[in-house]
Amino acid sequence: MDATRIKPPLGHDNAWWWEMAAEGKLGIQCCSQCQTLRHPPRPMCHVCNATEWHTVEASGKGTLCSFTVLRHPQFPGYEYPLIIVLVDLEEGTRLTSQLVDCEPEDVSFGMPVTMKIHEDADGFKLPVFVPAGAVA
Amino acid sequence: MSLEASFLKNKAAIAGIGLTEFSKHSGVSELSLAAECVYAACEDAGISPSELDGFVSYTLDSTDEIEVARAVGAGDLSFFSRINYGGGAAVGTILQAVMAVATGQASNVVCWRAMNGRSGQRMGQGVSGNIISSDLIHWSWYMAYGMLTPGSWVALIANKYMDAYGVTREDLGRVAISQRNYALNNPRAFGYGKPLSMEDYLASKMIADPLCLYDFCQETDGGCAILITSAERARDLRHKPAVIRGVTQASTRGQEQMTSYYRDELLSLPEMEMAARRAYDMSGLGPDAIDAACLYDAFTPEIIMQLESFGFAEQGEGVHMVRDGALDIDGRLPNNTHGGLLSGAYIHGMNNIAEATRLVRGESCNQPAKSVEHVLVSSGVGVPTGALILGAD
Repeated sequence: MDATRIKPPLGHDNAWWWEMAAEGKLGIQCCSQCQTLRHPPRPMCHVCNATEWHTVEASGKGTLCSFTVLRHPQFPGYEYPLIIVLVDLEEGTRLTSQLVDCEPEDVSFGMPVTMKIHEDADGFKLPVFVPAGAVA
Repeated sequence: MSLEASFLKNKAAIAGIGLTEFSKHSGVSELSLAAECVYAACEDAGISPSELDGFVSYTLDSTDEIEVARAVGAGDLSFFSRINYGGGAAVGTILQAVMAVATGQASNVVCWRAMNGRSGQRMGQGVSGNIISSDLIHWSWYMAYGMLTPGSWVALIANKYMDAYGVTREDLGRVAISQRNYALNNPRAFGYGKPLSMEDYLASKMIADPLCLYDFCQETDGGCAILITSAERARDLRHKPAVIRGVTQASTRGQEQMTSYYRDELLSLPEMEMAARRAYDMSGLGPDAIDAACLYDAFTPEIIMQLESFGFAEQGEGVHMVRDGALDIDGRLPNNTHGGLLSGAYIHGMNNIAEATRLVRGESCNQPAKSVEHVLVSSGVGVPTGALILGAD
């Protein structure tokens, strides 16, 4: 079997996000007391200090805040050139991800993108993004 | 500025600096490098190792202080401490030493960093290796996507900044070449005798757009130690003291280690702005009083951004200083006159503190013609960090 990407170590504070991804969803953590959305997840709300939280499912629509194209070094389990993106979700949180179905020269700041779930050959699923309007 | 912080001003000084040879393969243990540089710092100061009573290093340093203490023949230790966050620790170790000396906890404190950074554990390999322990969950957001190296983390910020302010690859090249030009005169530097042209720079391979090979610092085997004692005692020692006018650590709200992507300020370095504010307040100095600098330079764009953080240029205008040659030896702010981490050696910023000391002594291999009264040093960019202002006595 070919090498696969490095899997995220899972703990109390992040496993739920990857479980949602495995179900095809992009999750956002939401404070159950003041309703503030936060990402990356953490166990306490930085606004009101509540420890109760729930998840909401993101629409998957966003725009590119920034990006880079990784070319070297090349690690087993990833395809290069690898486009890494910072996405501003329409819900207001920001996350790091990967842009697929797009050539490096076609990436631009502010471009609209849509989430899709990518599945590796070994069955691992993770949210990635494609240019908005592209056929997923 | 609080009374507590200004209390430290002028209390302590750098009395000695010690360096090993810098190479890509030391062939010796990190303990050996540590002992060698610590001993060299004692020799430089004219202090017997038996007088050392304080040791400070980085959490990433592999060598225990008591191992170094035994190796160099130190006496009883009353102070030992470690600072986290990679290169962000450089100035933090100095703050520990200054506080220990100013409060009487120790008299002669040595801060060191010794690493087989090329032949052993390479920082450039990021989290693809095994440097991560307690903050695995933080890195988990990046590993699965292939963001495994410092270059990948920095590129997202650099690209955004360059797009916002019209900074070009040529501008990054100007930073790299300025520091390489200094390295040409420094026999310890990787870049000694190896000129870098803009043509070479632009032709080098892209690593993480917009960063190419020469935008990255070295990976180096070597050690560097800084010996701190009271300003009073330093005046009686071998060299002109580099008095510590201002020193602070800094981490701001919402900071992550290298990946502070989720706050509003993506085009500036909030930690460096905080470090600047505190170091200037403590010293009673401002950017106009700074004659030269050793700004942390793991990556070229970080130099341009720090010119703004420390008030040498307005937001978005740091690049004009670079284009005007301000960082060169006859410029407004000669910077990293030893070649820095980019073209000299990567000893996690400790070697930048050593160079700042030389500049204050008037002994740099690229000593500017003008009088150098105050030198600013920063530690790691993107991590919890700090700033230091050294002054001539």
